[in-house]
Order: sequence, then C-alpha cells, then structure tokens
Amino acid sequence: MNKSDISELKKTACRVRLWTVEGVFNAKSGHPGGSLSAADIMTYLYFKEMNVDPKNPKDPKRDRFVLSKGHCCPALYATLALKGFFPTEEIKSLRHVGSMLQGHPDMKNTPGIDMSSGSLGQGISAACGMALSAKLSGDGYRVYAMLGDGECEEGQVWEAAMFASHYKLDNLVAIVDYNGLQIDGSVEDVAGLDKLNEKFKAFGFEVFETDGHDFEQIEDVLNKAKEVKGKPVAIIAKTIKGKGVSYMENQVGWHGKAPNAEQYKTAMDELNAQLKALEA
Amino acid sequence: MAEGIKIATRESFGQALCELAKEHDDIVVLDADLAAATKTEIFKKAYPERFFDCGIAEGNMIGVAAGLAAAGKVPFAASFAMFATGRAYEQVRNSVGYPHLNVKIAGSHAGISVGEDGATHQCCEDIALMRTVPGMVILNPADHYEMIEAVKAAYAYNGPVYIRLGRLAIDSFNDPDNYSFEIGKGITLEEGNDVTVIATGLVVYEALKAVRALKEKGINARLINMHTIKPIDKDIIIKAAKETGKIITVEEHNIIGGLGEAVAAVTAESYPVPVYRIGVEDIFGHSGPAIELLAEFGLNKDGIERKILEIIKK
Repeated sequence: MNKSDISELKKTACRVRLWTVEGVFNAKSGHPGGSLSAADIMTYLYFKEMNVDPKNPKDPKRDRFVLSKGHCCPALYATLALKGFFPTEEIKSLRHVGSMLQGHPDMKNTPGIDMSSGSLGQGISAACGMALSAKLSGDGYRVYAMLGDGECEEGQVWEAAMFASHYKLDNLVAIVDYNGLQIDGSVEDVAGLDKLNEKFKAFGFEVFETDGHDFEQIEDVLNKAKEVKGKPVAIIAKTIKGKGVSYMENQVGWHGKAPNAEQYKTAMDELNAQLKALEA
Repeated sequence: MAEGIKIATRESFGQALCELAKEHDDIVVLDADLAAATKTEIFKKAYPERFFDCGIAEGNMIGVAAGLAAAGKVPFAASFAMFATGRAYEQVRNSVGYPHLNVKIAGSHAGISVGEDGATHQCCEDIALMRTVPGMVILNPADHYEMIEAVKAAYAYNGPVYIRLGRLAIDSFNDPDNYSFEIGKGITLEEGNDVTVIATGLVVYEALKAVRALKEKGINARLINMHTIKPIDKDIIIKAAKETGKIITVEEHNIIGGLGEAVAAVTAESYPVPVYRIGVEDIFGHSGPAIELLAEFGLNKDGIERKILEIIKK
C-alpha cells in the first residue's frame, strides 16, 4: 500500500464517519461510539480487503462480513453506501418506518448485509457456519466477523471459538473492536476481559494485535491472517470509542445516543475539517 | 396395506435424512453431542463428511446452522427438544427466524415419554416456544411413515422448520402405500359427527384407538391427525366445528401454548364452539417408564377414551 492508497482510505473512512453521524442524527437514536471506533477497519475491509461486488451483492463466491456487534451498523451502512451497494441518501432514513436500514442489520432487506445480527454473540456463530460452508463447497471465500469487546462477555462467543478451532476454520477472521467501553462503563470495570489475547490463543486461535485506526497495521495483520493455515484468526484491534468526533472520544455516554442539532453541527464541522485537511 | 412397524420417530428421522442426502448434496447435519440419541448418528455413519458435532453448545449450533443456510446449505440441526427450542430459543428467533433462513431444527425427546430422565429433559413447551417465532413451520409427525414424508416436506420447503421427534418406539398406523403429507393440511383418520378429536404427534395413535373403542359404544367421533401445528389447518378445524359442534384436542405437551390453544384460536375467531384440551396440565413431569407416565398423565388409549367420555357428558 503506497501513501496515496493510505490517503484514499483515510478520506473514505472520514466519509464513513460523516455518514455515520448523519444517520444517527437523522434517526435521533443509535450507536455512534462503537460505529466510529469500527469505521477504519470496515473501510479497509470493504475498500481494500474483501472480494465483493456491489452490483452482485449475492454472489455465492463473495467474501462475507458479519457485524456481530450489530448495533454499530450505522458505520456499516455508510461503508456499504459509499462502496455503491445503495445510495448514500438512504442513510438519512436510518431507523425510520419503512426504511431498509433497520436499527440492527437485516440481511433480507439491505443489499450487502450478509447476516442479520444485533443480539450479541450470535454473529460469530453464523460466521462459523459460512466459513464451514466455504470449506465444504471448496469455494475460496473468506469470512470476517467483527465483535465488540463487551460482546466477548457472551458465552456464545466462546462456544463459537471452540467450534471454529475444532473445525480448523482458517478462512475465518474474528476482529475484536477493542475500544474498552460498554454501556455500563469500562469493560474492565463491568466484567473484566483482560488478556483477551491469551483467551483466544487458549481457544486455538492465531492472534494478532493492531491499532484499529492505522491502515498500515491493519493491512499487515490481515495479510498475516491469510498466511495462517489450520486454525482461525483473531485480531484484537485497539480502538478509540467515538474516534474522529472530539467530544465523543473515549466517552461511554456516546455508546448509544444521538447528537442534538448543535452537537451534530460540531461533529460534522470537525469531520469535514479532517476531510479537507486530507484532501489538501 | 404394508405391515405396521414399531419404531421411534427419532429413528425414522435419522433414516429419512440418509435417504434425502442420497439425492441432495446440500444437506448437512449438526448435532450437539446427542447424535446417538437424536439418531443423527445414522446420517453420521453414512455421510461423515457432512456431519458436524457442535458439542454441548446448542446456541452456537443454531447460529452455525444459520450461517450454513445463509451460504446456501440446508442444515438440519438436532438436539433434545428442551435444548434446541429452550436453551437456544433466542438464537432460533434472531439468527434463524428473523432472517427467515432455511434451517431445519429437530427436537428429539419431546414430551413426557422421555421417561426416566425426568422433568429437566421432558420438554412440554417446545411447540409453544416455536409457535411464537414468526414464519416458523412446526411439524409433529405421528408415526414412522409420516416422519419420513415430513422430513422430505421440510427439505422441500424454503424456510425455517421445527420437527418434533419422540424417544419412545411407537406403532405405525399410516399406510405408506396410501399416504400423502402436505405441510399445513390435517388428515381425517376417522369420520364422525358427534364430536371432533384433534390429536398430534405421538398420541395420535392412542387417540385413534380411543376413538375406535368409542365407536363401539355408539359415540361417533371424528379424528383428525394435525401433523402441522403451524401453519394450522383452519379449514379442517372450522368444518369440524360446524359439523360436530365440539372439539377435543390431544397432545403430549403443556395445554398452554400447544395444539389446543392453536385450535381454540381458530374456532374463537371463526366459529366459536367449546374446545377441550387434553394434555399436560401445566405441571412438570417426573421420572418413570414412558408407558407408565403416559398412563398417569391420561395420554394413552384408556386415558384419552375416559376423558373424551367425561367431556361429552358435560
């Protein structure tokens, strides 16, 4: 990846953040914090990593993405729209009656959504099923599942981890958006997830760590993931909740609420300024 | 008529999967460490490359099944009814039901006829739970031949299906040479206009014996085998309500949330007649031989006959 590629990704990620804020503001509800922390990884996956075609969203041989932390769909919708799966204008209808953009991902009605999700812990299991199907069919596609750090408190995540390891699903990459905060406070204060790296290793995963906002590091770990044979991969991505909007960064209160008009303007001004600086 | 055989519907299910898999390579089977009990082991022996044991982790198994279905496979996921529909209820609702994925869920050891394992494993709530999932088809076959056809129909249908399997070996009564299964269509086994008995699953044959005994006593009861609980066959229920004026349901399930309530909902809205529910009367089961438990709970031929007599005297 050269400097111009990185610059393009940064600009795209900034647009993902702009549309994320746009969506949540218009919905008057939603989850901006974890959406903004995940925006860079989603941008890299859809614009650099995954084999997907917006004109053929159901291609049986496409790579899959399962947003196991389904509440962060505002960033996924923004990413899919910018990739061309549907018009960006749709984002303004997020969470409204009649919208194809539900409060949590709905594979039946949204082009590009590979799995309905939202009840935490369940997406990773579905991703295992997809990865297993690829193995059975001999299709070479890969499956990426994004989990929240708080989500890893769900027992089902570890049932799925055992399954992925037992069936040697080396076409599965579980990415943990480790922003350190969940609804009731910091992850460490709420339930404790320390040594997540060791936990995944003990469950048979090859584990990589990365800065979830650094595209060169993201590229590096995703490339390394492709070299791993005979076991699944977990990527622990250290991120900042609310990344890109100054007053939201590392603030647990922005897990699940929408900005008011003034806050919306501040957020858009900040993100537009970041975009302008990148374009300069 | 072909000779009747005595076999548990779980065994019939395992055989049916193997037959279907010969022609359909998109079928995969999942189990949660109960293959020997749910009889998916029959499939496992024949098609080991398409069988996946998920271990004792039913929630994940249902999620994996959802992912397989999303990728184009037709997964049959089996466990005890208690765990497939109870433990994994929310996975069934959100990962299978909401996206309307093509997952077939098999719940074995349903009802009190589980026997000695006792209340923790005697699931009398599975039909109630599955009825609440939008779009879920619920099949409760009554004998070997019906199970074979039900599994084929479940495969042919594109969407989520719950199939209830029994542990206890039961006599077959359907004639395989003269039997057809259609999802959502009840089967009239005996004609009659004094009262209608609607039964489902393992107790259909017991109800049939009871109805035949009552005929000898001059009571002409109609008997309907309701193998599909959802979508329920409204036409056959309304016709029975109009023609017989009284309905008695029989099920090896809690009378709350099961066949009886499904039937009563149809009559209440379309043609109100009294509906009496024979079943497990909102209590837990307990350990004991299955045959003794069915007798104790009034769900064998004698018990059903006795209750029908009590009801029609009201």
